[in-house]
Order: sequence, then C-alpha cells, then structure tokens
Amino acid sequence: MSTDVKATAFELREGPNGIKLPIYMDNHATTPVDPRVLEEMLPYFTDKFGNAASRNHAFGWAGEEAVELARERIAKLVGATTKEIIFTSGATESDNLAIKGVAEMYREKGNHIITAVTEHKAVLDTCKRLEKYGYRVTYLPVQKDGLVDLDDLKRAMDDKTILVTIMAANNEIGVLQPWAEIGKLCHERGVIFHTDATQAVGKVPVDVVKQNIDVMSISAHKMYGPKGVGALYVRRKSPRVQISPIIDGGGHERGMRSGTLNVPGIVGLGKACAIATEEMAKESCHLAGLRNRLKDKIMGRLDEVYINGSMEHRLPGNLNISFAYVEGESLLMGINDIAVSSGSACTSATLEPSYVLKALGTGDDLAHSSIRFGIGRFNTEAEVDYVADRVCETVERLRELSPLYEMAKEGVDLKSVKWAAE
Amino acid sequence: MAYSDKVLDHYSNPRNVGSLDKNSTDVGTGLVGAPECGDVMKLQIKVNPSTNIIEDAKFKTFGCGSAIASSSLATEWVKGKTVDEALAIKNTEIVKELSLPPVKIHCSVLAEDAIRAAIHDWKKKKQGADEKAAAPAGVQASH
Repeated sequence: MSTDVKATAFELREGPNGIKLPIYMDNHATTPVDPRVLEEMLPYFTDKFGNAASRNHAFGWAGEEAVELARERIAKLVGATTKEIIFTSGATESDNLAIKGVAEMYREKGNHIITAVTEHKAVLDTCKRLEKYGYRVTYLPVQKDGLVDLDDLKRAMDDKTILVTIMAANNEIGVLQPWAEIGKLCHERGVIFHTDATQAVGKVPVDVVKQNIDVMSISAHKMYGPKGVGALYVRRKSPRVQISPIIDGGGHERGMRSGTLNVPGIVGLGKACAIATEEMAKESCHLAGLRNRLKDKIMGRLDEVYINGSMEHRLPGNLNISFAYVEGESLLMGINDIAVSSGSACTSATLEPSYVLKALGTGDDLAHSSIRFGIGRFNTEAEVDYVADRVCETVERLRELSPLYEMAKEGVDLKSVKWAAE
Repeated sequence: MAYSDKVLDHYSNPRNVGSLDKNSTDVGTGLVGAPECGDVMKLQIKVNPSTNIIEDAKFKTFGCGSAIASSSLATEWVKGKTVDEALAIKNTEIVKELSLPPVKIHCSVLAEDAIRAAIHDWKKKKQGADEKAAAPAGVQASH
C-alpha cells in the first residue's frame, strides 16, 4: 500500500473523566460518518461497484436498487416523493443548481430574486453571479435575532419576482427562519421558494408539503453521512417546478444533473436520513440539553458574554457566543484541545469578521470575539463540562491580558475612545 | 494555521504583562489599534530620566496569538535599551524572531507602533516637565 500521503498527525489522548482529547465540537462544519452509515456504504466500493446507469447486468442493477432505496429514505425524511429527489455532489452544487436552474427556466416570467444577507456564500455568490447576467437581486436584512422580517419580504416581492431563496437554519448562529410562512407568502404570489436546508435536515422536522417548500438543498456530511454527496428536492406538483441543468452530459437524474452517480455516497446519505427519521426527536432533546448545559455553565461564571441570534428559533446543537474584550483567535489558541470555530477575522480567509454576525448588528469588536459551538450526536456531558471549564479559564486569563477589559473595569467608555487605527 | 514555537511560548507565558502608573512622568504609554480591527495593544515603558534607559516595560494586548506574542517580545526587547535604541527596533525583526506568516505581519507593525507611541508619550511628558521646571516660580504652565 502506498504511504506517500502526508497528513498532519494527531492522535486522540486521554483527558480527565474518561474523555478523549481533542474534543470535536464543530458539527456545523462537518460531522463524523456514523458507523452504521459507513457499514452500509462499504460494499458499494468493492463488490457492488456497478454504475447505477448500467441497465443490462447485475452490477448495474445492484447500484440502481441501492440508489432508489436511498431516494425513498430521503423522501421519507422530508415528506417528498422519490421522483422529487435529485442527487448532487453536495449542498453547494444543490444551491447553484436550484438558483441558476430556476433563474434560467423562468427568465421569461421575471428576473427578480430575493434572498437574505445571512445566507451561505453558496447562495450569495450564486446570486451575485446572476446579477452580472441581468438578474435583479434583493438582499433582505435580518432582525437583531437573525430572523427575516416577513413584512420586509412581502414589500420586496414584485411582479418580476421569480424566486425567493432563504435558508432553513443558519450555519453560524443556528437560527431557524420561518420557512413555512415564507413558503406560504411565495405560493400566494406564484413565486418559487428555495431553501438551503443543509443545517436543518436531519436536525429539525422538515416537511416540504406542509411547509410550502418548492426546492430544497440537502447535504450528507452535516448529518453523519459522507462528504461529497447531497441532494436537491424539486417539487413535482402544486406547483410543478422545473429547473434547467447546470451540468450537461449523459442525462442522469431525469436530465437535471448529469454525471455518474456516487453510489456509495448516496447509500450513505440514504442511511443517514433513515437514522434521522428514527432518532431525530430523541436526539434533539439530548443536543438541546447539552447545549443549554454549556450555555448555563459559561454564563454562570463569566460576565459580559453575549449570545448571538435567537435562542428560541435555533438548532438544538448550536451555541454562538461573543466573549467581550477577548479576541476569538487567541481564545481558540487557548482551547486548542477543543475543535470549534470563531467569527474572528483572523480565522477567516478574507480577514473580515463574520458577515452573519455583522448583519445582526453585532459590532465588529464582538464579532471578533465570537465562538461557535456545534454540539453533535457523539458529544457527551463530560465533554461539555470540560469545554465549559476550559473556555472560562481561557477567557479569564485573556481578559487579564486585555487592555480593553482593564479600561472597561476602570469605567472608560470604549466607544468614546479615539482609536489610533481609525 | 500552525503557530511557531516562539509564538506559542509567548502566548502561553507572556512576559511583562501588566500596567505601570500612566500618570507618572517617568512612564510613557502607547495605545494602538482598534477593537473593530481585532487588535489593541497597550505598551508602557518606565524610563530613567538621567540615563534615558528603559528600566521597565509592561503590556496588555487584545488580539490574536501573534499580536500577543509581538507585544510580549517588544517589552522584552525594549527593556535595558535607551529610548533611541528602542526607536530603532523594526517590525521586520519581530517578524523574523517569531517566524510570523505574511497574514500576521500587521501584528508586528502594531508592536513597532506601540513602542513608538509609548516613547512619544514619554518624551511629550518629559518636555512638559522640563518646561515647567524651567519656568519661573509661581508661574503655572499654561497647558
């Protein structure tokens, strides 16, 4: 076997109370593949490797059968029918296909698209590209709690509006948009409603019929499935939605997405959905319990910590907190045996603090100080306790080091200071 | 991003953390950066008025690990130097010492600015005190 792949070596080591370090608490970035998912996938790499489009031999039939079972499982989880599920390479492709596909198909009808400023870049950058091709895009602001104002949405709609694309759950702050109400508004006006439900499917109940969703992006690796596979739900009736393909080729997936199907990945996505259908209710109680425990421990010990986004309309496993007077990257350095994310500019590729937090009206200073905790299926109470202690210790240490904390304690109003860099 | 051992060392064991009396005439205070930009450094020096040697230095920094390390290193370097020697410290020397990657060069620039700002503040105070001393008895300095 070749051993020329070099990766950063890291091994799990023993921590206190039987926990293993480092602790993974970044489940909005990705999740580990559930062992039950992996088990179902494995035969499709080796014995059952057939191309699902091979119609004339047993290898092909086995692949096709597996793909159709996966389609049923996904459809069941979200209340769709099997013919409404298109497989893709992941949520980014699904978002691109949904938005560009609808935009092209309905160009005669109108050229106006509505989205929100807190969307994922896969949606925002796709909309920006369409603007170059003559589409008009409205980027709705959000309220302080991260939610879109339905009146803003109503006002933004006009007779040229063809698509509203608003995410189900935000990847940074976990805020759940009122997607059923958004869908209703769209249906009343004959506008197509797409939702990027990457973070929501498998975590909170989604029903495309009851919740008036027309097109929906799904990802496997956010719900304990493999990376590199996703799906797009496209409604077939009342209304029937049509989308133009963005990848041309062999006409797979009823012409909407050409390319040989990733059978093992699709099997994994299907199994992940089957597990979610069975376990979501119980799991979300478990996650919310752990999340609230983490929140209460941190807020019970530290002053001047702020929760970003609504606590009421939120994914059960998400907590996004700003620790005033402490910069996010230095906080991450101090808790380097815990894997979480920060909205600090220093941790982003663009060197800009989180645009999502800025959209909530969080000042840049607090955006730099934010940490996103993503609690998942495999986190334990002992891990949460360890994380809370480590975070609090590190924040306390860094505040001792912080000139801003010192000034605030002396009663200086930091907003009134004339900073040299401004 | 991987940090150099020296950055990690300064981050874990920062040197000269704390504050000096900013009202003392021997003390110069530099406060640079802005919270909105994610970096604020406060660097203070205590200068012997007869030798111009920096006898003590303290810092506090809000910022990433590289910003903390840059300011911690800056306090180590200025201690024992005359103010003129301290003014000669260049950010590129900090970059080299800490092996800072290109995206962190601004941390070293800020540390150099902090040294300059602290020395400037001290000089301004010293000038004020000298003028006051030179002024005839009973006449208040007007500023």
